[in-house]
Amino acid sequence: MIKINNLHKSYPMGKDSLHVLKGIDLHIKEGEFVAIMGASGSGKSTLLNIVGLLDEHDEGDYFLNGQKIEKLDETKAAVLRNKFLGFVFQSFNLIAYKNALENVALPLYYKGIARKERQKIAMDYLDKVGLKDWAKHLPNELSGGQKQRVAIARALVTKPKVVLADEPTGALDSTTSESVMELLQEINDEGMTVFVITHEEDIAAQTDRIVRLKDGLIISDELVKNKVKITE
Amino acid sequence: MFDLDRWIEIFQTLSKNKLRTALSGFTIAFAILLFTLLFGVGNGLKHTFEKQFAKNAQNSVYIYSGTTSKPYKGLQSGRRIQFRNDDMAFINDEFEDNIEFFSPNIQRANVSAIYKNEHSTYTVRGVYPDYQPLESAVMEGGRFLNYLDLKRKSKVIVIGRLVEKDLFGSLSGIGKNINLDGFSFKVVGVFNDPGGDRDERYIYAPFTTVQNLYKPYDEVDYFGFTYNPKLGVDQALTFTNTLTKLLKKKFKVNPKDQSAIRVRNYAEGTRNVQQLMFGLNVIILFIGIGTLIAGVIGISNIMVYIVKERTKELGIRKALGATPKSIIGMIMLESVFVTALAGYVGLLIGMLCLELLGARLEEYGILDPSVETSVVVGATIVLIIAGTIAGYIPAKRAASIKPIVALNDN
Repeated sequence: MIKINNLHKSYPMGKDSLHVLKGIDLHIKEGEFVAIMGASGSGKSTLLNIVGLLDEHDEGDYFLNGQKIEKLDETKAAVLRNKFLGFVFQSFNLIAYKNALENVALPLYYKGIARKERQKIAMDYLDKVGLKDWAKHLPNELSGGQKQRVAIARALVTKPKVVLADEPTGALDSTTSESVMELLQEINDEGMTVFVITHEEDIAAQTDRIVRLKDGLIISDELVKNKVKITE
Repeated sequence: MFDLDRWIEIFQTLSKNKLRTALSGFTIAFAILLFTLLFGVGNGLKHTFEKQFAKNAQNSVYIYSGTTSKPYKGLQSGRRIQFRNDDMAFINDEFEDNIEFFSPNIQRANVSAIYKNEHSTYTVRGVYPDYQPLESAVMEGGRFLNYLDLKRKSKVIVIGRLVEKDLFGSLSGIGKNINLDGFSFKVVGVFNDPGGDRDERYIYAPFTTVQNLYKPYDEVDYFGFTYNPKLGVDQALTFTNTLTKLLKKKFKVNPKDQSAIRVRNYAEGTRNVQQLMFGLNVIILFIGIGTLIAGVIGISNIMVYIVKERTKELGIRKALGATPKSIIGMIMLESVFVTALAGYVGLLIGMLCLELLGARLEEYGILDPSVETSVVVGATIVLIIAGTIAGYIPAKRAASIKPIVALNDN
């Protein structure tokens, strides 16, 4: 699903440039549940942004669903994002003046789906994350956990191949964190590839595979043997 | 193509961001309102001037005679100069090309007019048919004098609107006979005159008829004519100066004598009025363009601000699959919609203000302050185009920044 070879990325910092990713090789198969771990500055967010087509890489190859990503213009990137990718952000990134239902329905609007159909699909997904009764509420009327669940519903609504979550539990307490991880596990169980960035060991422990990053390089990549199963 | 979804999206954005919408709408509405008001008031001033100077044809010249004030070639001062029919022929022969309409005039004041029980006194003028355009008289009914009347020395008259009102009340005077100083004249026409009440209390009779009655020796009181409109103001002044010189020579008048032969040329006044009107037009244009520029700058600022404020939202939209085209389209459509609607509101308020205040402003020398709809609509279109461009540039920039940069914008 995601295939990365010798990926480099640097950011210009005045006269110098900051070399963030120094040759990443990563292969994620369809249906995997992967956690990227690392301290801040290790390059994990940069990696996710590149995988999510929110940013461009400088060197190396990146294949998404078998398609080589290079010199994408914004229009093509937008279409690919809409088709293949769903995002969950640490800060939720819901549109403040739209209610939960409208936020969830927005990706479908860009997909060109008719209004009634959009509303119906969005409502199904809100139901799935347990927020059917909150459909007409604005984001500022929801708790952090609820916001994140709206964001997850929004990420899922287009049935993407890959869900990218950047510190999805970073702004949440442990109880709500658990329910969010539970949701991501469910998604993964349905066959979607889930790609989580975190710096919390217990969160990472709930995934299938942990990739550790340090100073722009992968220092370890191992499967989780004793996966912490969330029990109900 | 009409895209309902897109409009719903826009209405939602606009209605959920009321302050922002109101702010940009207000700028536009205010700019158009000011534009309409200033333009209207400017036009009102213009109308006042036009009315003030509409009394007579603007290229008219009148030649009067008086008494000499200086002795010349052995002739004493105080000598009376009298125009006669041959002077009329002389002027027409000498300056055929430069003269458009020409009429000699005999003016008889305090002529008593009687119709049935009504009577009053008026000034009667004996004129040529050409006098009508000279005086800018407009026929309300019937006809003006013609050359057949002149030839036959008919006892027919054309009366001013107020004369008809005095003598006939609400009835029409055409076809009726009026007794003027004991002679019966038939009314053949009624005129009005933009020059005002005084000009509408004249009675015009054929020149020959009046001369026959009152001037036994071919005397003429004064001449009036309009110069060829093809002449510029300076050429017209040269022409009348030459004419004056020739007449002074003919009557053996000292060239420096100002009272024996007097020429009143509206060309000079016309030139001043034209300059004034030009100045006024420049000021109106300047005000109009200035207001528009202020409006354009206002809407540009607001669009830059709006796009800046929405950078993060646009980043989210892009992450969810919005193409740059859809982002630019959305912002521009919003901009055009707000501009057009607000512009229309400003236009309506402005027109309404002019309508309501119009009558009261007359005492301040502003007459009928109105704006051509085409001008205001044009101004609104200019603002809409400006709003579009003003929206396009920041929208394009916002659409082209990488989503990750937009998402991190706070």
